[in-house]
Amino acid sequence: MSALPDLAPLWLTLRLAALVTALLLLLGTPLAWWLARSRARLVPLVEALTALPLVLPPTVLGFYLLLAFNPQAPLGASWLALTGQTLTFSFAGLVLASLLYSLPFTVQPLQAAFSALGPAPLETAASLGARPFDAFLTVALPLSLRGYLTAAVLTFAHTLGEFGVVLMVGGNIPGETRLISIAIYEQVERADYPAAHALSALLVALSFAVLLALYAVNRRAGRPA
Amino acid sequence: MTGLDLAFRLPHGPRGIEIDLTLPATGLTAIFGPSGAGKSSILRAIAGFERTGGLIRFGEETWEDGRRFTPPHRRRIGMVFQSPRLFDHLDVAGNLAYAARRAGCLQDLRPTAEAFGLTPLLSRRPATLSGGEAQRVALVRTLLSRPRLLLMDEPLSALDAASRAAILPLIERLRDEARLPILYVSHSLAEVARLATRTVALAEGRVRAQGATAEVLADPRAAPAFGSEEPGSLIEARYAGAEPQGLCRLSLSDGSLILPALTPEPAPGEILRLMIRARDVMIATVPPMGLSALNILPARVVSLTDLDPATVDVHLTAAGAALRARLTRRSVEGLGLAPGAPCHAIVKSVALARD
Repeated sequence: MSALPDLAPLWLTLRLAALVTALLLLLGTPLAWWLARSRARLVPLVEALTALPLVLPPTVLGFYLLLAFNPQAPLGASWLALTGQTLTFSFAGLVLASLLYSLPFTVQPLQAAFSALGPAPLETAASLGARPFDAFLTVALPLSLRGYLTAAVLTFAHTLGEFGVVLMVGGNIPGETRLISIAIYEQVERADYPAAHALSALLVALSFAVLLALYAVNRRAGRPA
Repeated sequence: MTGLDLAFRLPHGPRGIEIDLTLPATGLTAIFGPSGAGKSSILRAIAGFERTGGLIRFGEETWEDGRRFTPPHRRRIGMVFQSPRLFDHLDVAGNLAYAARRAGCLQDLRPTAEAFGLTPLLSRRPATLSGGEAQRVALVRTLLSRPRLLLMDEPLSALDAASRAAILPLIERLRDEARLPILYVSHSLAEVARLATRTVALAEGRVRAQGATAEVLADPRAAPAFGSEEPGSLIEARYAGAEPQGLCRLSLSDGSLILPALTPEPAPGEILRLMIRARDVMIATVPPMGLSALNILPARVVSLTDLDPATVDVHLTAAGAALRARLTRRSVEGLGLAPGAPCHAIVKSVALARD
């Protein structure tokens, strides 16, 4: 055991969280937009599905994902055929699992921000000659920045702390699926408290810094999300 | 260009909106009616914010006809709303540029801002503007989008009297100089009387009367459109000149009115719009004597409209103009007023429609 903690799990975790946050902001935007603005009957159904990861124990989600990622299952098999790698016990599998697991933390703040926007700014933009996508980029997006900030921080933080799902589908492969929460768990199992302390303290400090930055920026922006 | 053809229904209130209307694409047309009459919904349908499933045509273009639907950004309409709806994330210059860039006339931004007195505001944030300033920016922003039809939805109703007085002349300028057809929704009789070339009187989603503003305001069928506004008559008179003792004379087609002198003094022959409230008109069947009123016009009863058990509106022609008098039923019956009856209209007070 070295004096410095092994930082590889931390970097892997940050990489996963950053990638998942970026992907979810991109994918969650059209979904949140649709949920906020559509009058379709399907909306409550999709809303409930989106919120499901909030209430399910992570192990339940992880269990079903493990079944779906299995190379014999359709999803796992097509992934294997496309990439030559399995989804189980791989970084790609972790990304996919985290996308589902953290989805509500992206979609709900964005949906709230888009709902709060109301129809007025987009109508105004349209009356000034802006096409819908143009109006979205130049009016809806800048006016929803605080919603995006909240969504990004919550998604990032939530992915950072992921444990149950990872344990089910990722296992503990250094450099591939050995995230910080798994590393700490394992260190505790081995009774290596100093190492667990080091990583845990780092995670606490990091999480606190991120949240502090969020609240400071939000206060400065001073506008409702 | 023939104008704006509208034929559609919209769900609205208890009876819905049912419109079949052709409006000329010139001048300022007011849609006048009480709140809840469906005025804004009609404007929103023309803008393309609501689908009607009916017919909306502007000149040669079909904007909506059941199958086709032109989205708002391709209609090239301008809309000024009750609230300014400026984009909070942009400063005033950014708001103006938003419209100008999409209309391809960014080079017009500074001259236009200068012409409307907005240059000192260009770097300000919308949140720091007064209500009147913000609405002026909104109006100029709309103009910079180079609309072919300007829709205005109660643009003055959220403003204080001073801001309103500052913006009204801008709207008059657009009406008279820009050759931009304007559709102006309002529940305010004063605004309609001052601004509108033509008026559509709307109540409960139905057109009650339409045509030249003075005729519509005098039309008994338009009565439901007045809502809580006290009805009056709009009269056009020609300035005839000053009179002794601080007065002036305005000529009607068949008589004249005496008013306190006007400042600034109008040019001789200038046409002025006057508003005469129905409560300010009394009727006498014999020439009144010993009365303090200056304006007593020979008149004839055209029709009577019952308002409630106690009140009757009497429509008159007086000195060639359409006037309305609000009387008690007891007076009407006491005087034996009936259509065709000759009488005298005593006008207690006349206001310029300018303020």
